[in-house]
Amino acid sequence: MNTAAASRYTAEYQAIAPVLPGRDLPWLQSLRAQALEKFSARGFPSLREEEWRYTNVSAIEKKLFSPSMSIASSHIDTDWLKSYQLEDAWSVVLVDGHFSGELSVLEGLPEAVSVMSMADALVKQPEALERYINQAVNYNEHGFIAFNTAWFTDGLFVHIPAKQVLEKPVQVLHLITQADVLATTRNIIVADEMAEAEIIETFAGLDNAYLTAAVTEVFIGVNAGVTFYKMQCEPEKAYHFGGAYIKQSRDARFSHHNFAFGGLLARSDVHADLDHASECELNGLYLGIKRQHIDNHTRINHLKPHAISRELYKGVLDDRARGVFQGRVIVAVDAQKTDSQMNNRNLLLSNDAEADTKPQLEIYADDVKCGHGVTVGQLDEKSIFYLQSRCVDEETARNMLTFAFANEMVDKVKIKGLHDRVLEQVLARFPQEGVSKEWL
Amino acid sequence: MLSIKNLTVNVGDKPILKGINLEIKAGEIHAIMGPNGSGKSTLSHILSGKAGYTVTGGTVTYQGKNLLEMAPEIRAREGVFLAFQYPVEIPGVSNIYLLKAALNSIRKHHGQPEVDAMDFLTLIKSKVRLLEMDEKFLYRAVNEGFSGGEKKRNEILQMAILEPKLCILDETDSGLDIDALKVVAEGVNSLRSPERSFVMVTHYQRLLDYIKPDFVHVLAHGQIVKSGGAELALELEEKGYGWLEDTQAAA
Repeated sequence: MNTAAASRYTAEYQAIAPVLPGRDLPWLQSLRAQALEKFSARGFPSLREEEWRYTNVSAIEKKLFSPSMSIASSHIDTDWLKSYQLEDAWSVVLVDGHFSGELSVLEGLPEAVSVMSMADALVKQPEALERYINQAVNYNEHGFIAFNTAWFTDGLFVHIPAKQVLEKPVQVLHLITQADVLATTRNIIVADEMAEAEIIETFAGLDNAYLTAAVTEVFIGVNAGVTFYKMQCEPEKAYHFGGAYIKQSRDARFSHHNFAFGGLLARSDVHADLDHASECELNGLYLGIKRQHIDNHTRINHLKPHAISRELYKGVLDDRARGVFQGRVIVAVDAQKTDSQMNNRNLLLSNDAEADTKPQLEIYADDVKCGHGVTVGQLDEKSIFYLQSRCVDEETARNMLTFAFANEMVDKVKIKGLHDRVLEQVLARFPQEGVSKEWL
Repeated sequence: MLSIKNLTVNVGDKPILKGINLEIKAGEIHAIMGPNGSGKSTLSHILSGKAGYTVTGGTVTYQGKNLLEMAPEIRAREGVFLAFQYPVEIPGVSNIYLLKAALNSIRKHHGQPEVDAMDFLTLIKSKVRLLEMDEKFLYRAVNEGFSGGEKKRNEILQMAILEPKLCILDETDSGLDIDALKVVAEGVNSLRSPERSFVMVTHYQRLLDYIKPDFVHVLAHGQIVKSGGAELALELEEKGYGWLEDTQAAA
């Protein structure tokens, strides 16, 4: 607990509160006030909290990041934007935590579908937001969520009505252009009964120190399906917290693909609550180089019978990077016939790299099938020799095997434009000698 | 082509090869036979450059150069090919990618430009047909999920495409049924040429019914205890290895 840091942020809060969106909504004002009180008392998460024991956020506390109250989207370089923004998608672009109508692409949306900025939604559909905000995750969960709830400046709101199948993905781009800025965004995604959608969340910024603290809540209706991709490419001095909290109804399907590539210190939460016979697939790839610290926390709550969960997180860690994987699967006493499998595989490329992995199964039901597996290792010498005996030099062989290890996760991306962008990020982070895009 | 003189090799402190002498000329096929644990696989590993062995004496000269000084990939680019006893599975790397990378490494080594994409496809497709393989194999990860027979066939496919000068087949016949063995043997026979030599390490005589060797050597306790023509293999088939091992033990 660092209440000193909290009080510095809290002191600043009074100055910005009047310009935060939704200030005319009493329920939101009250929620923000409660969250602020919680954050003031508790501060950012500390190492003493079990789910934060590997990740020290004191570096964030020592700095004071301030929210940007204006948007400077005219300064966005088009090529830079296009390296993240998909052509064939609807997109909501948030620059320094604020919606940019100029950069966003929302033409041609089906009439019944809502895709808009959070600030807009608070004006146009406040009753929907009152129903959903703080429902998939509570601000009591930890300091970053309380912080986000009090501070959020904007975000994405998506509502897909029953039986609507979205033909193109919806992308939300979080772009940070200013130094020392604080970007707190809140995203709400709602897919009603039998609806289907693909959501892409991309985080990127210019080469500065800044703090992203984003919270996304996803509500998936009965027999509906959501595929969610997160591509986190923050620059190397940035701090990133990004959490996705998912409520799945009966027979709902959810798959999440988490690409954690950037940031000096990056923490990701993916927590899903599973109802009867729902399916949840969590995939992750984290790449750490230099002194990066990348923490992935997942929690799958099997609340009702017959739900299926599959989880595979892979990490590649080089230099002095540290990767953390904490995966919890909780099977409630009612959740008979649960089928759950969790795996975490880590590849260490240097002696100074570190992987901390902690899978946790908490099973209260007695008729379930649950498994987990964890590996931390280096490249297989037999494979290297095999490639050498096929004319490939040792360095290229190592690069090929490293790339192949990571590429298994990239290959799961079924949207071509995104697949290519993720692949480019992977190739940019590891030596490419002998590895080319014609791999596939 | 290859000249092995008085080669002695240890694993740790334990001598495995105890003075091997072998001369292989261009175009010849040599079979190296022997019981398990005689050092057969060690010999093929040493020739291909696998780590974990210490050469304590002797020389290996390949095309006039000191083979033991070359990195494994340099040996491969110079034309030494090892068909593995246990081919390694490489998830995430497709067969076609590896073949292209290998072929281009050889071409670069000899100062030639990269292979033309169309020529490459034509080449591999003809070899795939030769080995009676499905083209889909090319796009699958190297050896991943292959049956034992498919893995061995894949080794020969690589050999057919890379066109090495010295082919070392390490127990390529082990674990193959008769049909798979015939396909593999046909692949090998189609590669026979006056410029190409073969070293076939095998435990079983059956392979030699389909690939006729010029010379047969029997390895026991780290030494070649007997050499002869193809007829030696038949004698071994009849008598087993016991009489040779006994001879050696007595000597």
